[in-house]
Parts: sequence; structure tokens; C-alpha cells
Amino acid sequence: MQELLLTPLHEEHLKLKARMIPFDGFDMPVQYTSIIEEHFAIREKVGIFDVSHMGEIELRGKDALSFTDYLVPNSVMNMRDGDIKYTQLCYPHGGQVDDIFVYKIEDDFVLLVVNASPNYSIKDFNWILQNSGIFDVEISNKSPDYGEVAVQGPVSEKLTGLLVKLEGGIPLKELKRFKSSYGEFLGKRILISHTGYTGEDGFEIFCDAKDVVHIWNVILTEGKKLGIKPCGLGARDTTRFEVCYWLYGNDIDKTINPLETGQGWTVKFGKDNFIGKEALLQIKERGIRRKLVGLYVATGGIPRHKMDVKKDGKKVGYITSGNYCPSLKKVYAMAILDLPYTEKETKVDIIIRNRDVKAEVVDMPFVKPVNKRQENFTELRRGNVSKRTEVH
Amino acid sequence: MYPKELKYTKTHEWARETEEFVMVGITSFAAEELSDIVYVELRSEGGKIEKGSSFGTLESIKAVSDIYSPVSGEIREVNSKLQNQPELLNKDPYGEGWIISIIPVERQELNGLMNAEEYEKFVEEEKGK
Repeated sequence: MQELLLTPLHEEHLKLKARMIPFDGFDMPVQYTSIIEEHFAIREKVGIFDVSHMGEIELRGKDALSFTDYLVPNSVMNMRDGDIKYTQLCYPHGGQVDDIFVYKIEDDFVLLVVNASPNYSIKDFNWILQNSGIFDVEISNKSPDYGEVAVQGPVSEKLTGLLVKLEGGIPLKELKRFKSSYGEFLGKRILISHTGYTGEDGFEIFCDAKDVVHIWNVILTEGKKLGIKPCGLGARDTTRFEVCYWLYGNDIDKTINPLETGQGWTVKFGKDNFIGKEALLQIKERGIRRKLVGLYVATGGIPRHKMDVKKDGKKVGYITSGNYCPSLKKVYAMAILDLPYTEKETKVDIIIRNRDVKAEVVDMPFVKPVNKRQENFTELRRGNVSKRTEVH
Repeated sequence: MYPKELKYTKTHEWARETEEFVMVGITSFAAEELSDIVYVELRSEGGKIEKGSSFGTLESIKAVSDIYSPVSGEIREVNSKLQNQPELLNKDPYGEGWIISIIPVERQELNGLMNAEEYEKFVEEEKGK
């Protein structure tokens, strides 16, 4: 096995006595104290994650934008400076190389934030490189040069706002969701985006790898009175799972196309050619044959990735992710099921430890992400942040 | 650090002997290793159980672990509180987080278990691996 890579924050994790696990080629913290405590720090106060393992690929040159538009199913040409879009890299057959965020910095500079994978996301980098053809674009894998932390939770704006100055003197609270800006963190140059992977309000801060230890420690110190906790991959998974954000390698992979998973809103058939367009168009016209659904599991264990899902003894799909949802104190799963079994309230069985465990198809997400919690908004404003709408 | 009055298995269960039965749980070390236990599945009361066989499963967010009986006998009682409060296993593994009690057929089976001091040494060795 290849030696694990370390993020620039590795020593800080060890000092905090984190439990470390191998993840996508990196030695990463899964938890510092308790996944559940860290989960509630994010949902109710604020948490900070080391996400320096994520990959950053820079596209520069006059075709930076048009090349990106060809690479991904979402439309990029209409993006303004500072805009961020969620999209995928698809294979010609429609399956996914990765799911990514496109940061349009300016007309001739696009930053792609991709998932970590061994050797600094070289899979994504090679894919992008080999498809660059005649485009006038310079492609650089800057993953080792960037440090990144995610500050997530209801008070993340308050905390981050104290420490960050945006270019042009704009206050942080005016940085809208899915927007980014350059700025300074106590004198260090950063790129900050109003984004995250937890379903809570939050920011992601990109910086020079050598500055990230300082930024991490300042945020932890300044966040102490706001109840900040360093959070590991465990809480990253429980928070993203509750709001049903896809995890590459579990819920999506090269065999799963974006029309099957609810990512279809990011696929713009109206635009010029993009990799995978032909296949996806065919799939759309013929109709998908399976679909990602949510499952509620009343009792019987926690479904895990790749467990079989059956109906009357016949396999009809498999679990992509399953977990205990700390906010709901209930167990849910996501599964790819054959289309006839994807209607709400359909009863199926998950095979857990050779036993049939009953499950029922339910709506996703299991917890509404903060931007969709409108009906709870007044309660949230009153400070009753722990109250949330249960979907079922 | 581990209660002196208990006996311990290499699979990290503890056994507490009383006159009629043997109470069984998992050690604080096992609870910390699993961390955030969120689901407990146990065999039914009245069932027969062999020393070394599994009498249940514990699931945490990231892991699944079987629990093994330190003694052969009949399952006298299971801690029904764990169904809704699996966190008791983390909070109070030697008290409210007890798991089952067993009416043993052969108490001598317990003689082969470790005492607290031996278990502590065993855990240190495990950590070193």
C-alpha cells in the first residue's frame, strides 16, 4: 500500500489526540472526542474541519471557462466572478469520475475543488488533463499547495466574521451562499466561500498550506467561548448524511449517473457539448431504471455500504450509505433501488448480518439543510436552534 | 483503573459474580474503542449460551462489534434500557450499562479469566500492537 499523505494540520490532530484513520490516501482524524458531540457542535454552535485533503485544480487561460463547460454537465458560461456551482465530472457513458465544485474566479481563472483521492486527487487531474484537447488552458494540480478548513454551524458567520476581511471591505454577512471572495485572515491571504457539506450555515477557507496551522489554531482559540469543537470525518459523515448530500465512492461512483441520484438538476442538456451528454440524453429519453432513495429503518441495525436490499426475497438494489442520525435519534439509509420499488412507503428488506431488516422508502433529506428550513426560520431566529423539522 | 472486583476476557467483556448469577458487560476500554454506541442487539432471555459464543452485537457510528459470553449458562436477564439508551454503555459501562446476566452451569469457567491488573496489562499490550 502507498504511504498515507499527511495534511499540514496532521500534527495538530495528534496534539488534540484525534483518532486517525486512512481516508482517500490521507491519514485523517475521524473523531477528537465523540462523533455525536462533534455532530451537535456543528448543528447547534460551530465546528471546524480540516479539509486540506480536498483537491484543488486550477485552470488558467483564455479557454478556462469554455473548457470547464465542456468538462461538466452544469452550465458554467453564465457564471459571474465569485460564483460557485456544484456539478460532476462524467465519463462518456454518464457514470461519474467525481462530484466537484466549480469556482469561477474570473474569466481566465477557474478553480475546481475535487474530492480527495490517493496521490493528491491525481485521478481527477489526469482525467481533466487528458480531455483538454485543443483548449487553450493551463491545468495545474495545486492540491499540495492549498490548506483548507471548513467552519460550519449556526454561529460560524459570527466567528469567521471577526477574523476575516474580504476584498473591497465587504462584510462577511453579505457574502451570499455559493459565492466566494478573496480576503485576509489576520493578514494571511485567503479565498473564502459560503459553502459546506453539513447542511448548516458555514464557510470554507482556502489558504497557503503553510498558513493553515495558524488559521486553524486562531479559529479554535477564538471560537472557544462560542462552543467550537474540532470535528472529524465521523461528524462530517453524520451531518452530510442527515441532509442527504452525496458522498463520492458511496452514493455515487463510476457506475452511477447523475440522473439516477437526484443530481439531475445539475445536468443542462440545453448547452453545448459536454462529456457524457450523449449517453445522459439517451438515458433521459429511455428513462432511468433505478434511483437513489431514502430508507427509514425502525429497528434491526445500521445499514452499511453495499448491503443488499430485497423485496420478497429478490434483490432489488443495495445500500449506498446508512447511519444513525444523531439529530433525529433514528436510523436511515440511502439506497439505489430498481425503479418499481422507489415509490414512497414501499416496504423492502435490508440484509444485515444475514437477517431481513424491514425498511420503508421515505423522502430525502432526513433533516432539512439550513437554507430549506424556512418554516422553522422564526423559531431558529428565536434561538431555538436545536428544534428542527423531521420530514417523516 | 479497571474495577478490582470484576473479571475480564480477552474480548473485553467484564464478569461480576453474584450468588445466583453472573453479570456481564463491556469494559471502559471497549466502550471507548467503539465510541458512541448507537445500536444494541441482544439474544433473548431464557436462551442457552456457551462460553465464548456471541450473545449480541453492538454498533457504533463507525463500527460493529460482537460481544462474547465469559461463561456457559442460561440468559437470566438482558438490560432492556440499552434498547433506547445505548449511550449507557459509553457513560457507565460497569453500572447502568451492564448488558446481560447469566445463570452459569459451571462457575469454574470464570477462573480462567483475567483480574483487573492482568487485564490492564493485556490492554497495554493490545494498544502497542
